Amino acid sequence: MCLGIPGKVVSIKGDFAEVDFGGVRTKVSLLLSPDVSEGDYVLVHVGFAIQRLGQQEAIETLRLFKEIDRGYVDSIEGNG
Amino acid sequence: MLTQSKAMDEENIASIILKELSRLADGHLRFMEVCGTHTVSIFRSGIRSLLPEGIELISGPGCPVCVTPVGEIDRAIAMAQLRDVTLLTFGDLMRVPGSSLSLYEARAMGRDIRVITSPLDAVEIATREPGRRIIFFAVGFEATSPAIAAAVKEAMRKRLGNLYLLSSQRLIPPAIKALLSSKKVKIDGFILPGHVSVIIGKTPYSFIAHEFCLTGVITGFEATDILEGIYMLLCQKKEGRSEIEIQYRRAVKEAGNRLAMEVMKEVFEPVSARWRGLGLIPESGLKLRGGFKEMDASEAFDIPYKDKEDPPGCLCGEILQGLKSPPDCPLFDKRCTQQNPVGPCMVSSEGTCAAYHRYGVYHEGKRGKDTSRSRGRGKIDSRPYTRTISALP
Amino acid sequence: MTHDLIHALFLPFLKNKLLCALDDSAVIPTGKGSRLAFTTDSYVVKPLFFPGGDIGRLSICGTVNDLAMAGARPLGLSASFILEEGFSAGKLERVLSSMKEAAMEAGVMVAAADTKVVEHGAAEGLFITTSGIGVISEGVDISGSRAMAGDAVIINGPIGDHEIGVLVARGDLSLEGKIKSDCAPLNGLVQAMLDTCGNIHVLRDPTRGGLATVLWEIANASKAGVIIDDQKVKVRQEIKGVCDLLGFDPYYLANEGKLVAFVPQEEAETVLEAMKANPLGREAGIIGAVVDENPGKVLLKTRIGGYRLLEPLSGEQFPRIC
Repeated sequence: MCLGIPGKVVSIKGDFAEVDFGGVRTKVSLLLSPDVSEGDYVLVHVGFAIQRLGQQEAIETLRLFKEIDRGYVDSIEGNG
Repeated sequence: MLTQSKAMDEENIASIILKELSRLADGHLRFMEVCGTHTVSIFRSGIRSLLPEGIELISGPGCPVCVTPVGEIDRAIAMAQLRDVTLLTFGDLMRVPGSSLSLYEARAMGRDIRVITSPLDAVEIATREPGRRIIFFAVGFEATSPAIAAAVKEAMRKRLGNLYLLSSQRLIPPAIKALLSSKKVKIDGFILPGHVSVIIGKTPYSFIAHEFCLTGVITGFEATDILEGIYMLLCQKKEGRSEIEIQYRRAVKEAGNRLAMEVMKEVFEPVSARWRGLGLIPESGLKLRGGFKEMDASEAFDIPYKDKEDPPGCLCGEILQGLKSPPDCPLFDKRCTQQNPVGPCMVSSEGTCAAYHRYGVYHEGKRGKDTSRSRGRGKIDSRPYTRTISALP
Repeated sequence: MTHDLIHALFLPFLKNKLLCALDDSAVIPTGKGSRLAFTTDSYVVKPLFFPGGDIGRLSICGTVNDLAMAGARPLGLSASFILEEGFSAGKLERVLSSMKEAAMEAGVMVAAADTKVVEHGAAEGLFITTSGIGVISEGVDISGSRAMAGDAVIINGPIGDHEIGVLVARGDLSLEGKIKSDCAPLNGLVQAMLDTCGNIHVLRDPTRGGLATVLWEIANASKAGVIIDDQKVKVRQEIKGVCDLLGFDPYYLANEGKLVAFVPQEEAETVLEAMKANPLGREAGIIGAVVDENPGKVLLKTRIGGYRLLEPLSGEQFPRIC
């Protein structure tokens, strides 16, 4: 059980964040993960962020998901 | 978009791990995965077709669709038949057969049954439609319960008054304990659920190692995660260790998500729950605490739970415990198929029987029945395919 | 369910040689060497309007495509409208304008039409039925039962766009993104393919039930085995995001601007070139092949080199949480 995928927090408004998953965006509740900032990566399950992922962990996950192309990875790692 | 080079990475990593598994595999080992999403990932990635002979994967009772008793589906449908009631549920439950209808069929007959993808949708719908009584038939494990709890709190805060919870939530560690305590199952270790563990952390599984001297690895859901998890289980066996380890390091912290657990505990208390195939397990379900009683559908609506028998011949119970395999069931592939499922193990895309039915067993081009005790491990002779695939431009 | 309905209820009453082929269009010999293709389809999509199209565009493209999948050049369509009383004139204009645009793109005429108004609530707004007639040139022999060992399996682009586009437009999923239906008339692309290769064996558009379902239908009709390489099947990043979020399997999602072609291996490269020169074929690629082994089965080679069976869709795909 449980589909959960990592996404990037694009903006925060109150208890909700706009999270981007490879170009698709959805509103996600931060009630279970309040220490989240813009730019963070979060693991989302049933519309809630259930874990904040460290940037390195997120990149590792996204590499596994193959969601992002080389240029984007480079820019996050400061190589772009 | 997947580029050719990245695809090769995943295949390369998998191939390296598989070589190691072949090297280490010794004798016959059975690992149980306790998470419906793992079952689907294993099936979709074709991992079973690649594992060496000595490693067998069994699907355990971690598929909420498979373990929800028939009587609970019937009760939900009965509630949906009441005047002004809208029943909300996750898509997973829609096609599970009750004793006469599934929720999908009840919807087709005109009942107001809707699929939601988040517990907060239930709050939104109740807010938007104050004239309806909204019942959220909530199924799930510890990954989902904190979210359901947060939605309940939100509904109370808004004093909605028309939202009810019909809880069909279950807890994983008690089910594993019940399985192991029955001493009927022969398992060498567990592939433990990744997202349940994001919430509960590592500690609740310690009994697996300390009381039963078995191994457990908390694993992610990508094919390479699962292979790495199996590798870690194998290493433990080889080294004579019994520990709970975390493969899914990028998401699971040892202590879990404390806030999520607090929210869950604030709203719910553990109660005995019936699991299809495992019977009544103490403290393995969740019920709303006293302070939230007014939202409890099982109290607000006079439609009690009635125990129903499984369809005659259906072996879902034993299959969920890892005691039998789909071909052992007299209904499998005869009366019970993907197009016409009888038991939940076939309905659910995560169910063992569905995965087995789709995966099939191949020997030299004939669809053969696996009559051995070996479970779900058919091998396809891949040589002709390998040649054809590598010839594709 | 539709598959069962057809076999259990409709065929016993309506069966005849033409219908029982169960291809996208009926092929009717005219007795003069040429053949006609004839098809019909009803459109009940909700919502009526979605990114990339609407019920009007769908009703033209869907029927044009069914004719094209028989290798026919569409000659004309008919369109019947069932409207709910009080249906907005503005919306109707939008739908009709879409139909006009789609018909022009396809180079086809709506030669006959009919309208009925029913009471409020009886038609969920608007239903459209279109029928189409086309002509199949001599020598063209395309059918779901003609797949042969050695054929290459080609698709003209990524899968899943239409169904996800409609789902997102429905508003139930609270998702936003650059997702739009791929709804398009494929007859031009098919003509370009036929001009290059007179021996295409199968053409099919993976609509309801998705790619997996049509491949299975073809494998069964042809009593052939099909092997697909998952690494070669493309899914747009946004579509993959939605699928990962909601547990959908892209192989079962409907497409409205895609076709699969089974062509003899030696012609595959030429057909591919012709496809890539067409705007609807730029992302075309070979995704698999037909083999002798396991007739009637479709096998998928997964990204890690494993294998799994692709079975047809049974029932609706629901978003999952688990």
